[in-house]
Amino acid sequence: MTLQPFRRLDSRIAVLARPDIDTDQIIPARYLKGTTRTGLGRWLFAGWRYDENGHPRTDFAFARPEARGAQVLVAGPNFGCGSSREHAPWALLDYGFRAVVSSSIADIFRANALKNGLLPVIVDAATHEVLLASPGMRVSIDLESCSLAFGDARVSFSIDPFARRCLLEGVDELGFLLAQDDAIAAYEKEDGCAR
Amino acid sequence: MAQSEPRTLFAKIWDAHLVRAETDETPAVLYVDLHLVHEVTSPQAFSVLRDRGLGVRRPQRTVATMDHSTPTTPRQPGTKLVIEDRECAAQLAALEANCAQFGIELHSLASEQQGIVHVIGPELGLSQPGMTIVCGDSHTSTHGAFGAFAFGIGTSEVAHVLATQSLLQRRPRTLQVRVEGKLRPGVTAKDLILAVIARIGVAGGSGHVIEYTGSAVRALSMEERMTVCNMSIEAGARAGCIAPDDLTFQYLAGRPKAPQGAAWDRALARWRALPSDPAARYDRTVEIDGGALEPTITFGTNPGMSAAIRGAVPDPGSVTDAADRAALDRALRYMGLRPGQQLLGHPIDVVFIGSCTNARIEDLRAAASVLRGRRVSSRVRALVVPGSRQVKKAAEAEGLDRVFRDAGAEWREPGCSMCIAMNGDQLRPGQSAVSTSNRNFEGRQGAGGRTFLASPLSAAAAAVAGAIADPREYLR
Repeated sequence: MTLQPFRRLDSRIAVLARPDIDTDQIIPARYLKGTTRTGLGRWLFAGWRYDENGHPRTDFAFARPEARGAQVLVAGPNFGCGSSREHAPWALLDYGFRAVVSSSIADIFRANALKNGLLPVIVDAATHEVLLASPGMRVSIDLESCSLAFGDARVSFSIDPFARRCLLEGVDELGFLLAQDDAIAAYEKEDGCAR
Repeated sequence: MAQSEPRTLFAKIWDAHLVRAETDETPAVLYVDLHLVHEVTSPQAFSVLRDRGLGVRRPQRTVATMDHSTPTTPRQPGTKLVIEDRECAAQLAALEANCAQFGIELHSLASEQQGIVHVIGPELGLSQPGMTIVCGDSHTSTHGAFGAFAFGIGTSEVAHVLATQSLLQRRPRTLQVRVEGKLRPGVTAKDLILAVIARIGVAGGSGHVIEYTGSAVRALSMEERMTVCNMSIEAGARAGCIAPDDLTFQYLAGRPKAPQGAAWDRALARWRALPSDPAARYDRTVEIDGGALEPTITFGTNPGMSAAIRGAVPDPGSVTDAADRAALDRALRYMGLRPGQQLLGHPIDVVFIGSCTNARIEDLRAAASVLRGRRVSSRVRALVVPGSRQVKKAAEAEGLDRVFRDAGAEWREPGCSMCIAMNGDQLRPGQSAVSTSNRNFEGRQGAGGRTFLASPLSAAAAAVAGAIADPREYLR
């Protein structure tokens, strides 16, 4: 099985400037009762997107015209903190996002995002500030050169080389792990007497 | 690396589980000793196995339970359990079918060992020093209380572990949180960890494994250590751990899945070598004066927003950073609090005593010590949800269920319940709860609900007072 490869993305940005956006906001637990990973985009940020009667809020950032069609979400620091639910990246992808940009992204969310082809991009504080203030701006993300460009600016970002290779080539980690079978078997044999 | 180099507890566990060391190009392949599974984050992982024609590599290292979406409505023994929520019922049925298909031990609702995954792991003696332990749940850090490297993973990684018993991991850094001194009466492990999170921040532990050290930590019981390690993730940490000691070994001795006989002696010898070497270096160290800690309660919408229970709600006007000011302002509006108001006396509607943070027997004893001979305020709904069937049984053997019922609290069946509000146990919009759980995020305990995180002592005191109250006034 392969992952949808990620090379380059040109898109306008949607912005949620709040810091510490937790996975309970990205997708509330009451929508985790399913047994598949599909169709979760409808409940992305459900607590913020819909009013108490279930109607879309017109004042939510994604309802604004400049956010329409955005495939890049720029969010406040420590995005994705909280639970380990992979439903968070599934919901973001299903809604149409392909990348999340912030000055910091929580560990488990970042790992989950990478396994699904949602690119986490960490930028410096100054770049972050510009992006947070520019909803609807067009950005260009190039994973080959690890750069993010907007207007006349171009900044580079760092990403784990292995994760980058998996995304560029559309290789999934399970395939890589399965290929380690001999090493795992050897470890189990050697370790078997120790416990 | 020379073997004589002093190492931390974490480094010893990491080194011992390397199937393949990491390089610049590839992460380490890390072997997993124990994989805990529950109904919410596993169905899509089992689907991956089926889609790719894979089996579970080590079913005997895998244990499943039902906890997140299970009803906790009181029921009479022998009556048939009906799960009204059809989605929850389907999810539970999927776990049952998956465990049967792949040969995994399951503690279903009919099992005497059923309970919250992070309560039953220790209870059964599954969680042991020196192990790598994972689960598709961020509060897996709980098991670090035994001197294990225990961490939450996503569903893709659940599939990785099921299929290969291994994970691809980059080595985290280490953060020592040293708490010296003696906790004062009324100050609990929950207050300690809330203070740690307030100090280092909700992202302060990112990329790190926390090791809790110091005299105040050594003095904690095993259950208290679990409370501390449980909330490591609320500081953003990858995991939390505490060096195993005689208390750890006493806790484990004789438990059903703990080593027995000669195997116990061999295990003990290994476990005694695990604590960090005296000269071991941590990437960072934070020191906290345990003797200065107060009963603590959260006032905001993340676990780092807390204050001494006798303190006041902070004023966003005094925060210099614009983003922090806006976040605090929004949190206070969500919580229905005024800047500068005293926390004591703030009225509440619900008290929830439960969750993988605080639903073990010692937590229930603490809550019962406050509620014994007192009444829950008429304006408050109080739920007591034991962490497991074993905890429930032990509490009933001590008569704690009577204490709770006589006080007017609900004595319920075990599960995650109102901590995650997936099973129908939830706040109504605008309701305020003092909760012994771990997350006060917007809507966490029900859409529009407002959560104040505190210890079992503080929660019980709030139940009696009908408002946030100082537990020290209720100690006997």
